[in-house]
Amino acid sequence: MYRQGWLGWLFVAPALLLTCVFFLWPLALVGWMSLHNWPLIGRIRWIGIANYRAMLNDPIFLQSVRFTLTYAAAITPTIFVVAMALALLANGDRRFVGLFRTLWFMPTAIGLSTASVLWVWMLNGQVGIFAAIGRALGLVETDIPYLDSGTNAMIAACSMVVWKTAGFNMVLLLVGLQSIPSELHEAARIDGAGAWQNFRHVTLPLMRRTLKLALFLSITGSLLAFDQFYIITRGGPQNGTISMVYWIYNNAFSSFRTGYAAALSLVLLAVVLLASLAQFMLFRDREDA
Amino acid sequence: MSRNTAAWLYYAACLAVTGVFVFPVLWVLICSLRPAAESALPPAWIPSTLSLENYETLRRVGAGLWRYVGNSVAVSVGSALAVAAVAALAAFGFSRFRFAGRGVAFVLLLAAIMVPFQTVLTPLFIVLRAVGLHNTLLGLGIVYTTFHLPLAIFLMLTAMGAVPRTLDEAAMLDGAGALTVLLRVILPLVAPSLATVVLINFIAGWNEFLAALILMTDQSNYTLPVMLVTVTFGYMGTVDWGALQAATVLTMLPVLALTLCFQRYYVQGLVAGATKG
Repeated sequence: MYRQGWLGWLFVAPALLLTCVFFLWPLALVGWMSLHNWPLIGRIRWIGIANYRAMLNDPIFLQSVRFTLTYAAAITPTIFVVAMALALLANGDRRFVGLFRTLWFMPTAIGLSTASVLWVWMLNGQVGIFAAIGRALGLVETDIPYLDSGTNAMIAACSMVVWKTAGFNMVLLLVGLQSIPSELHEAARIDGAGAWQNFRHVTLPLMRRTLKLALFLSITGSLLAFDQFYIITRGGPQNGTISMVYWIYNNAFSSFRTGYAAALSLVLLAVVLLASLAQFMLFRDREDA
Repeated sequence: MSRNTAAWLYYAACLAVTGVFVFPVLWVLICSLRPAAESALPPAWIPSTLSLENYETLRRVGAGLWRYVGNSVAVSVGSALAVAAVAALAAFGFSRFRFAGRGVAFVLLLAAIMVPFQTVLTPLFIVLRAVGLHNTLLGLGIVYTTFHLPLAIFLMLTAMGAVPRTLDEAAMLDGAGALTVLLRVILPLVAPSLATVVLINFIAGWNEFLAALILMTDQSNYTLPVMLVTVTFGYMGTVDWGALQAATVLTMLPVLALTLCFQRYYVQGLVAGATKG
């Protein structure tokens, strides 16, 4: 409609420039770097695929992949069940329901790192509230040993993440819940369905798209987890909670093996893209759902 | 079960859930106001006296609290406004012009959604060094701007697509140029989307931790989350719990206040971001 089409270039130019310099260049560089021994200071040397080969002999890398996948598999259903319970409570137009929704959603706005620090304090043995409650109830003597075992560390990090993200997932699920016409629930009730049957056979199937969306958001988010393990568990105990991003960070910015970190980054990118691809296939297959 | 019992149970459940979600925030606020000497003791329900000592300590932490607040404000406000401006221009270009290479440019810009910034952080550090922006707030702001662009362009495109082209034409008949049409006709109509873009990107920039941790090597350039974690890790050897509580409150409160005031925009933006695929 505007006759000088070339003018369009001027409008998209700033966005393109930023994307080329600060996204495409680093993206190309990450591949190039992964084929080098690339210390931050000193001589850069071509080493072919040696970085990729080194991964196979890197126990912490293998451990970090296993841990990241375990974390994704543990946190996703947990967030889901909690968020679904919240959404069912917050659905409807009872009094104060809007206020409840707002308050449950509130932790979403807090940064992951800030929330992690908040939980470090609450989990602390001397000054934390959890230990104090445990002592008051006679459950623990002095401390809650959340860093003693990998399982406990995982539970500590997961409880923070659920607290922070359940409200947002509730909002997503509410969008799905509210798109179900109430006549369907009415009809099921007339046919003699109880509350559970109604939920199982009407609500869940009709929310399939929303559920998948929330599912994959949670999975992608967990694959990129860093803050909670850097701050709450500090990767411990025995490097047991080092996520993939954490291991990239350690290699690049603690031991300055940037070439190796670049190779690790590409593996992470491949994992994330595979997850997105799976999401795309699932969405396309059951478009009718 | 009578109707009354059901209502009681319902509200009991809701209040219990509310307690779980709200308690940590209220608890840290209350504890941060205890006298500094009490902050290393096991928690007491009610502080003996209210005091701002912890905030006083925090004021002198590292390069000084105001420095960190200033850094955070500069980076998050700056990048949020930059994202909104650059995305509005780009969305206008894509929705109103047909030019050679348009398709390629479009795919290129939105493809960035697929690549999480965590995977290019290592080379980003090297690129910033190459262009002389490493360890600067400007560099960090530009990184946030770039990685928040795809979603912002997507949101602005949706909004501008809904503005009828006849409005553009009417304004052009009155002699307005393209830029005038954008600024005077279209932007006022898409103001809610523009506000959403600014709000979600301000909050994202304010909260971001990993990129700030990596790209800011000088303590005086830290943003609030990085300062907060440095305090947590106790770089003097021991953790000052009082300062940590005060710092947590200061980092949390602005974003909590903003989302409570503009909840509708925030939720819209997040949901649109989630469903973009």
